[in-house]
Amino acid sequence: MAIQTFKIPDSLISGMKYSFCPGCDHGVALRLVAEVLDELGLKEKAITAGSVGCSVTIYNFVDVDTIEAPHGRALAVATGVKRAKPDKFVFTYQGDGDFASIGLSESLHSALRGENLSTICINNTTFGMTGGQLGPTTLLGQVTTTSTKGRNIETYGYPIKIAEHVALCDGTAYSARVSLDTVANIKKAKLAIKKAFEAQLNGLGFGFVEILATCPTNWKMTPRQAHDRIKNEMFEVFKPGVYKDITV
Amino acid sequence: MTKCVLNKKVLTKGNYAIAQAAINAGCDCYFGYPITPQSEIGEYMSVKMQELDRAYVSAESELAAINMVLGACSTGAKAMTSSSSCAIALMQETLSYAASDELPIVLISVMRGGPGLGYIYSAQADYNQALIGGGNGDYKHIVLAPSTVQECVDLTYKAFYLSQKYRNPTILLADGLLGQMMEPVEFGEYPYSEIDNSDWALTGAKNRSRRVIRSLIVDPEELSAHVVHLFEKYKLIEENEVEYEELYTEDADIIVSSFGSTSRNVKSAIKQCREEGLKVGFIRPVTLFPFPTKRFEELSKTTKKFLVVEVNMGQMVRDVKLAVNGKVPVEFFGKPAGTPPNVDDTADEIRKQFKRS
Repeated sequence: MAIQTFKIPDSLISGMKYSFCPGCDHGVALRLVAEVLDELGLKEKAITAGSVGCSVTIYNFVDVDTIEAPHGRALAVATGVKRAKPDKFVFTYQGDGDFASIGLSESLHSALRGENLSTICINNTTFGMTGGQLGPTTLLGQVTTTSTKGRNIETYGYPIKIAEHVALCDGTAYSARVSLDTVANIKKAKLAIKKAFEAQLNGLGFGFVEILATCPTNWKMTPRQAHDRIKNEMFEVFKPGVYKDITV
Repeated sequence: MTKCVLNKKVLTKGNYAIAQAAINAGCDCYFGYPITPQSEIGEYMSVKMQELDRAYVSAESELAAINMVLGACSTGAKAMTSSSSCAIALMQETLSYAASDELPIVLISVMRGGPGLGYIYSAQADYNQALIGGGNGDYKHIVLAPSTVQECVDLTYKAFYLSQKYRNPTILLADGLLGQMMEPVEFGEYPYSEIDNSDWALTGAKNRSRRVIRSLIVDPEELSAHVVHLFEKYKLIEENEVEYEELYTEDADIIVSSFGSTSRNVKSAIKQCREEGLKVGFIRPVTLFPFPTKRFEELSKTTKKFLVVEVNMGQMVRDVKLAVNGKVPVEFFGKPAGTPPNVDDTADEIRKQFKRS
């Protein structure tokens, strides 16, 4: 008898085709988000505050009510949605630039207020949509279109360790950093997303998952090289792990 | 908040009047940040909204506050923030988004001196900020300008109604003078019907297909069509919602025009000049958008001159000139900031204008 081992999640728009670059981890990340929405029965209760970057395309793929937020403001917009409609499931899906550069204040203050919101932050160490400029998590020495000789401290300062900062906020219920570079890590990432979503459902506060992800196009690497970079370079600075968990 | 109650009227400070009116209008959410001369609005809301179990957040900035309002409005809720001048400047990006998204944001703008940090005393120099706007693209907000604390109440009610009726951001353009002064007001009840928003509000896609509220439109034809649609809406607003106050215009050789708190001294000066036999009239736009363009056009056929009085370097005078379209001269009298020109100075200016004619 045939056993179904995989199906496209209901929370993904049927018939949709991803527009992401080959080797981009957005495809996997959004599938995990959609699977967790399905498993927790949230599709009809969910409202997402969209962000700006390659993540803006979420509403082309994920089949939930969406309000598009200005760049960086997703968590302020999400706060407004959740305060107006506390019984809905409200989440954001943002890049590292949206969450931790232009939006850092709105992001951390939502965590500090302990808003019952869930956030996925895709950290690919670059401003991807605009062609690969230096961003808040670009590594020291990393070459980008605005750091052509590599990120140095004098001109550009240091990258931010996002999950750690979020964990320091007393209103945070769950803060973890995961990656999608191996099957094992993908499975861990899905569990983390589930925890972050459950934190909201249990009214425990802000649930956050930082996902280390590839940007092969702007890193000028093959998909395989890009996934290796996550392990070989990014893990050193952005260590995977659970930085706060009050859900246990 | 109140000092005495006389019949149904309550002696109320402007800022508190606006806040209570918002509550009476059914404001579900208030998100705000303090700035003089309107901090009392946020203080009042922080107490009352929580008492009523409605949403209140002390936002970390005005930027955050207006975005919270955007989010709340996207669910169909009535949401509002209040601020002043240099902090309203922070909100311009989101006000542009909200216009394109067609969201019923209510924004209370209590003008202070500028540009920049300026100072906390009253001014009218944010007419341009409200009417032309600092956000990108072609869009308009409905702008209502009270001149008394009673009008602060009445126009706050109207702001909530018009914003929902037209799915459009609506600004109550007050100033520090109105915000801080106390006058007797009758609150009454919110006089407008509720508008059904169940066909667009985000409530979770149950028993319907999901909705996306956004301003990103990738196809240039589609974006153009959307902007044209917005301007068709603005035309409807212009045809149906114009409001102004008019005095002694039938035989006026000079018609004075002003908005907001400045109008109080202007009206007194006009009454004085009328008693001296000067044929002076008055028109006060209450809706700044939609501007009473048609009425100015009509009046320019019977009068010989307009005199616009404002506490700025000449902002509403531009819209008067556009409406009059060169038919008769349009003069300007004002001061850059602070309390409006006093009655004597205004009356002197009117007499001067008559001498010049």
